[in-house]
Amino acid sequence: MSVVPATQELTGGRRVRDWLGDRIMFGLTLVAALATVAIMVLIAYKVVRGAELSYRAFGLSFVTGSVWDVNKAVFGAAPFLFGTAVTSLMALLIAAPLGIAIGLFLSELAPRGVRVIIGALVELLAAIPSVVLGLWGILVLGPFAADHIEPPLQRAFGFLPIFSGKPGSSGIFIAGLVLAIMVVPIVASICRELFLSVPTELEEGALALGATRWEMVRGVVLSSSRPGIAAAIILGLGRAIGEAIAVTQVIGAGNSGIHASLFATGDTLASRIAGEFIGASSKLQIASLFYLAGILLVIGLLTNLLAQVIVRRFESQRVGAD
Amino acid sequence: MSAVEPALTLRGDARVRRRRIVNRLAESAATIAALAALAVLGIVIFSVAKRGGGELSWGFLTEDLPTFGQTGGGIAPLIVGSAILVGIATAIALPLGVLTALFLSEFAPRRLSAAIQLTIDLMNGLPSVIIGIFVFGLLVYGHTQSGYAGGFALSIVMLPLIARSTQEVLRLVPRAQREAALALGVSRWRIVVGIVLPSALGGILTGTVLAIARAAGETAPLLFTTSIFVNQITSDVRHAMPNIPVQIFIWSESPDPEDHKRAWASAFVLIMFVLVTSLLARLALARTRRKLSR
Repeated sequence: MSVVPATQELTGGRRVRDWLGDRIMFGLTLVAALATVAIMVLIAYKVVRGAELSYRAFGLSFVTGSVWDVNKAVFGAAPFLFGTAVTSLMALLIAAPLGIAIGLFLSELAPRGVRVIIGALVELLAAIPSVVLGLWGILVLGPFAADHIEPPLQRAFGFLPIFSGKPGSSGIFIAGLVLAIMVVPIVASICRELFLSVPTELEEGALALGATRWEMVRGVVLSSSRPGIAAAIILGLGRAIGEAIAVTQVIGAGNSGIHASLFATGDTLASRIAGEFIGASSKLQIASLFYLAGILLVIGLLTNLLAQVIVRRFESQRVGAD
Repeated sequence: MSAVEPALTLRGDARVRRRRIVNRLAESAATIAALAALAVLGIVIFSVAKRGGGELSWGFLTEDLPTFGQTGGGIAPLIVGSAILVGIATAIALPLGVLTALFLSEFAPRRLSAAIQLTIDLMNGLPSVIIGIFVFGLLVYGHTQSGYAGGFALSIVMLPLIARSTQEVLRLVPRAQREAALALGVSRWRIVVGIVLPSALGGILTGTVLAIARAAGETAPLLFTTSIFVNQITSDVRHAMPNIPVQIFIWSESPDPEDHKRAWASAFVLIMFVLVTSLLARLALARTRRKLSR
């Protein structure tokens, strides 16, 4: 009984301390969360401010301007928009089916032990630094592709303008391949999680009705995961659009005009910024590179936003259905 | 009834056989896709090990950078510089990320929480070259390149990673524990400090190690913020710091085959660090998850 008065005595001091502690903890975490948001806002602000000079000179026609000439002080983003679109489209065409297939293998096909090991290895592929992948791309993959991949493609499909021109060890084609390697693990690991979350009863129901595994996958797993797969592909697209270093290493940065050939060199928004920014001399040139960054930022934010919206809507749907 | 009977026989008519073949084809395609990804990983690691492993020596790890045209030399300044840069980044991103995650999981009202969550996800998807150009505009333009600018740029890469992984482990701390403590009259901050953080600590640390492995290989955030550096070991963060990724980039763009050899050897050092740390962290994370969700 003697314990009770003692605790009661403590209550006053303790209540103050708890009140204070709660406030401090709340304040600290709130400040951190707001700082995170503030950094994001500051990034957008700084990029826009940096581009101001170029915006005043070229306005919105910068986006469609097809000439980038430092000596004449004329700048336009169209060649880089084109390069970004072509390389990331090519990466997606290769990586999306591969990533989905790997996701299926890891979630539906592989035995448990194999699943864990291969899953970890696929994630390691995503952990390879882009500068190392770019180094490999320009010194190993590029020469190999110029000898053994591009010529056969040209022989078979040379009538298509995209496979015209001289095969080379650097260019848009190599950039597309390197980007595909980066996108595959992203699509694969998202798809694996997605497919694993498909209700088992549905899968077993389909199998019990006599469906083969593939019929079950097509009818149940894939068809119920369609929005999630779309989000995975869009996130992969965001990665491909934003990659600067590896692309700069392998794309060649020479002939940056708009052209049909995949074997020619080119430039993307990100690679032009990475390649030219350090050596940039005039204020207008720096501002124009900021303008490119601004365009990249808008595209990057929009793709990510789209993916997040799909993910959120889809998650609430699937949780609701369970 | 007679129409049903053929389907019930175990012999399998042409349609069943075709369905089986299609199934087998689809299964093989998925298996081949997985093997292809493994093959690419193997080829990349093998190339780097073959070309870089041979160049590696004690001198390469401990000597200063070669000056222009000089043979030999080492990458000690790069290793020290990278360690300092990642250290600065961790010192910024770890507290910021953990506190943000705590705010989201313990304090934030729903609406605000959704907005901050979205910001973190968008930050995670930010092209890293934009982080570089942003920090250039904020800290370098009008001043000089510096170690703290590079460290700050890397912290923006790490922040969303740490916040996300922390959120995930916080979610695994059983609700019942928190509610039991609340029912006993324990205050919010004591619950966070005494119950939530201790049980989430392991997960937070492994998440941080993963973020470090990622930041150590990032080039684009450093390219404009700390890329013109001296050849010697330096710890002066007010000036540009040598670092591994940017130097690999510079060497890979050089026409000199000596520089390519150096690039491969440095890539070998970098890739070993990144792969070993991220593999170990992933193993630890899987264990924490199992322990917490039991």
